[in-house]
Amino acid sequence: MLSSLPQPRSRRLATEESGVVPVAAVFAEALKDGIGTYWAALKDPDAIAAIRLTALAAAISVPLNLLFGLAAAWSITKFTFPGKNLLITLIDLPFAVSPVVAGMTFVLLFGAQGWFGAFLADHDIKIIFAVPGIVLATVFVTFPFVARELIPLMHEQGVETEEAAIILGANGWQTFWRVTLPNIKWALLYGVILCSARAVGEFGAVSVVSGHIRGVTTTLPLHVEILYNEYHFAAAFAVASLLTLLALVTLVAKSVVEREIR
Amino acid sequence: MSARQRRVLPGFGSALGFTLTYLSLLILLPLATIFVRSAGMGWSAFWSAVTGPRVMASYGLSFGASGIAAAINTMFGVLVAWVLVRYSFPGKRVIDAMVDLPFALPTAVAGIALTSLYSTHGWIGSRLEPLGIKVAFTRLGVTVALTFIGLPFVVRTVQPVLQDLEREVEEAAASLGASRWQTFRRVILPTFLPAAFTGFVLAFARAIGEYGSIVFISGNMPMRTEITPLLIMSKLEQFDYPGATAIAVVMLLVSFTLLLFINLLQAMSRRRFA
Repeated sequence: MLSSLPQPRSRRLATEESGVVPVAAVFAEALKDGIGTYWAALKDPDAIAAIRLTALAAAISVPLNLLFGLAAAWSITKFTFPGKNLLITLIDLPFAVSPVVAGMTFVLLFGAQGWFGAFLADHDIKIIFAVPGIVLATVFVTFPFVARELIPLMHEQGVETEEAAIILGANGWQTFWRVTLPNIKWALLYGVILCSARAVGEFGAVSVVSGHIRGVTTTLPLHVEILYNEYHFAAAFAVASLLTLLALVTLVAKSVVEREIR
Repeated sequence: MSARQRRVLPGFGSALGFTLTYLSLLILLPLATIFVRSAGMGWSAFWSAVTGPRVMASYGLSFGASGIAAAINTMFGVLVAWVLVRYSFPGKRVIDAMVDLPFALPTAVAGIALTSLYSTHGWIGSRLEPLGIKVAFTRLGVTVALTFIGLPFVVRTVQPVLQDLEREVEEAAASLGASRWQTFRRVILPTFLPAAFTGFVLAFARAIGEYGSIVFISGNMPMRTEITPLLIMSKLEQFDYPGATAIAVVMLLVSFTLLLFINLLQAMSRRRFA
């Protein structure tokens, strides 16, 4: 009797709401002035520099947060200690904080008027309006992804298999590589996919620390913003189409991994 | 026997040590600077910075539009989750994956795409204009963008709960003489309501902090279409650090409260369905 609900309408809403139209709009706007303009926008030196910086920020922040996720999940799920629930809540913090506020904290620490501002100026180290600031902001916003995927799974798996391995004479690393890792590899990959997608697409936090120096401190999303604000709409959408393709790849990878997890 | 002696597995000290150091240096210390900086302002300066007319207008828009967007997402999110759990149809896996698109798509891309769609020359905006509805560069535009980014939260919270809901229970209710409405109200609704509410709070929490998708579609007019994160941004650009810090404290307190609330809700639903 429940299958008599009016389903085609809901299905249509699902499609529209979930963004098929905006995706189509990105590609339509990107190709509006022809394929020549499209390629020119992607081959522009500033665009290439933006791709490099985005890849660098992701290449640093994803492994760091992967390492953190493993360490946090190992200590939280394999051992008991006081304050565990508080620690789990604190790991979620970066999700609750506005990206703008996240980026701003680093300006207050390392900016010209910041706590370490004078020290950094004396030693000629630039963090804000420079690449290190972009990396820090990216690490902050992508912080919880891997840990959040691993903690529930490893909690469910318990400690018995690892304990058995140790008792049978395996050392710590052997236990981790041969017992724990094979059990968590898909969840780990899932976390890495989410983490990378966010690292590449982050806008608010890096916008605060970037200073928008073209070709130097502009990541791909910031490059899109600059082009758009200069009314180079076709170029802005051309660069945006790269990010959109990456988002679609993320979705495919995500659903493949989801199937493995189930 | 102490807990230490019972531990068979190695690596507790180094793993927890690394976790706490990394968390403190990258998350806690930076967030603490906001509170320490604002503490140096003095109460009256702080109060006037967080209650000025332009700031109050931005709270109104941020919280109002986020609340409306989260409410819309709760309604449609439950519907989408229901369709995805209960029916099978061609293309279902694609639609299921597409629900996460607002999450995977960089917010800046979502922002410019929605702006071009809803501007007066856009595919949707040009059809709405004859009806007298303007979306881009209005408060309605802010709400549309916040609705877009918030959808996955409700769907993904409600979906697993509906998956666990056994059809037999509904059939039992029906065979005991309940009408369809009674079955819905007494059997289905109580099961997914906590999850739907959690989804609402998650979508709301995400929306009040959102920046990237809004900055393009809102037009950023002070007092009218300026959201709170944007106001922080413009104060930073004018090097008004005390003003930006004070507003950030308000945003952080709201975030912390929502995070605690979400944890409480999830703990409650775990206890209920354990």
